[in-house]
Amino acid sequence: MEILLAITTGILYAAGIYMILRRSMVKLILGLILLGNGVNLLIFLLGRITKGKPPIIPEETKVFEDLFADPVPQALILTAIVISFGLQSFAIILVKRAYKVLKTDDLDQLNTTDEDS
Amino acid sequence: MNELIIILPLLLHLVFSIGLMFFWTNIKAQKVLSITGSFLAMCASIWVFIYVWDNGIQTFQAGNWEAPFGITFVGDTLASILVLLTGIAGFAVSIFAAVSVIKARLRFGFFSVFHFLLMGLNGAFLTGDMFNLYVWFEIIIISSFVLISLGGEKNQLEGAVKYFTLNFLASMIFLTGLGVLYGLTGTLNMADLSQKIPLVNNQALVDVTAFLFLVGFGIKSAVFPLYFWLPASYHTPPSAVSAIFSGLLTKVGVYALIRVFTLIFVNDSFIELMLQSLAILTIFSGGIGAIIQKNIRKVFSYLIICHIGFMIGGLGLFTEVAMAGAIFYLIHDIVVKTNLFLVSGLIYRLKSTTSLDRLGGIYKSYPKLSLLMAIPLFSLVGIPPLSGFWPKLSLLLAGFNEGNYWYFGAVIFGSLLTLIAIAHVWAKAFWEDGKDTKNSKKFIEFNQLRRYQKMQYVVPIIFLAIVSLYIGFGAEHIQQVSLRIASEVFDKQAYFDAVFN
Repeated sequence: MEILLAITTGILYAAGIYMILRRSMVKLILGLILLGNGVNLLIFLLGRITKGKPPIIPEETKVFEDLFADPVPQALILTAIVISFGLQSFAIILVKRAYKVLKTDDLDQLNTTDEDS
Repeated sequence: MNELIIILPLLLHLVFSIGLMFFWTNIKAQKVLSITGSFLAMCASIWVFIYVWDNGIQTFQAGNWEAPFGITFVGDTLASILVLLTGIAGFAVSIFAAVSVIKARLRFGFFSVFHFLLMGLNGAFLTGDMFNLYVWFEIIIISSFVLISLGGEKNQLEGAVKYFTLNFLASMIFLTGLGVLYGLTGTLNMADLSQKIPLVNNQALVDVTAFLFLVGFGIKSAVFPLYFWLPASYHTPPSAVSAIFSGLLTKVGVYALIRVFTLIFVNDSFIELMLQSLAILTIFSGGIGAIIQKNIRKVFSYLIICHIGFMIGGLGLFTEVAMAGAIFYLIHDIVVKTNLFLVSGLIYRLKSTTSLDRLGGIYKSYPKLSLLMAIPLFSLVGIPPLSGFWPKLSLLLAGFNEGNYWYFGAVIFGSLLTLIAIAHVWAKAFWEDGKDTKNSKKFIEFNQLRRYQKMQYVVPIIFLAIVSLYIGFGAEHIQQVSLRIASEVFDKQAYFDAVFN
């Protein structure tokens, strides 16, 4: 399971960075989304995966007696997902708006801010 | 109740940003509320600073969860002085924004988002938890995205795309670092991390994580190879927005670098070398960028980059004198950079352009205003006894004592480039004879404004100028504060004890 997740994370990072380096604005957003998902999987993976051991103390004891799954990474990922969801929806609207105003999808054409004086 | 004091400015901004939403269409009420809110927050932040100064490091455990499990807010002297400066800059900018930002922008919740931004800044300075720092960073950047793209002009949107991409990427790199850090130590509390990091077996991975943080925060604070988003975007939004961005947003990155590399990843000679070399390159590239620009706001944008180098270098030297210099520079820089962009906004209102080719004759037509504007400009250069001079003294001394002559030279060269850039601005815009600027009919000139509107333009600049004059003439006080902060940030144990009681 760890190997599989590690490979998936790697693929998501690689694909994300590749897409960011393309010239199209839509692909840029897609790249950022992929990268965001890659990061989430990475946190999940590095928080140690423990299968089938929920972090709930059994009724008859007062403390954990067995190994348990760490709930913190999942809380972190949940927060990160919500945040990146918000950012991504903003980005999509921004790109749509920028496309309407600038009439181009090509990042190489976005150079008026460097020229104007 | 006492422990709530440190997050009081944060709560005030939260209350006001939500409250402002109820006045969505009533712009007048929004202006009044926003200025009141930022004034109250400034008073609260003064109180916070005095309280922390008298009583030492204050902590607040959110939700009463004990230290490593819950989220901790830590108000040490560094955090509280930055909260204080946020309050001062926020107050000045909210007055300026009320008059200079056009109605079309204000109608879409400008002030509400502005207070969210200030809340995020306060939170980022006060938090004692790495993941929480990430969350505050996201609050800051999402508010700044809204502020930078509000209005939807062509170059604004273009700047926003660049700004968005690089900042989002920085957050992702930061988050990757956080994931690895959690995997290594199983904690994200900064005080806890400071004790656990030296015990990790796999120190190579710790170095990699440190580097991820360096890159992540480096993009946010615009250090050498990662700064290109800044001059491409900071001049596009209205001046009030640029002012708050330039004064505080890049400084959050610097603050995070100081915090992370003095508390968590210490004694890392590779990182220190990286910081020093990046500082030198940042000073050069920012300074040289500044002297060839022809738009005032772009000159100032490049100067932001140049001066980030001073602070990063002070951090990289890693001695108390250098740190005190870096902190002093940080304090001076927040006030002056905010004021510079307010000045650029005023210049735009006077002459309807910020291009150096078309500006001129401001001194002739507005001698008193010119003298006022000279204060921030020359404080930035650091002509003694103005505020830029004193921190450079500490930085130069530290560079000389440490035998880092490259950094020593870079600070001098950077100051020279700043002087050239500012002298160029001064000569072109203020002294040279004015050309006829043909204004469009819709443009309202400064002289046509009502008296209270003129005051709103000038008062924030006077206010910040007085603060920077105080930093210059009362340098001894600021130096005391900086020295105390420098000794505090190197004392990891005190921070740990404060968090864990």
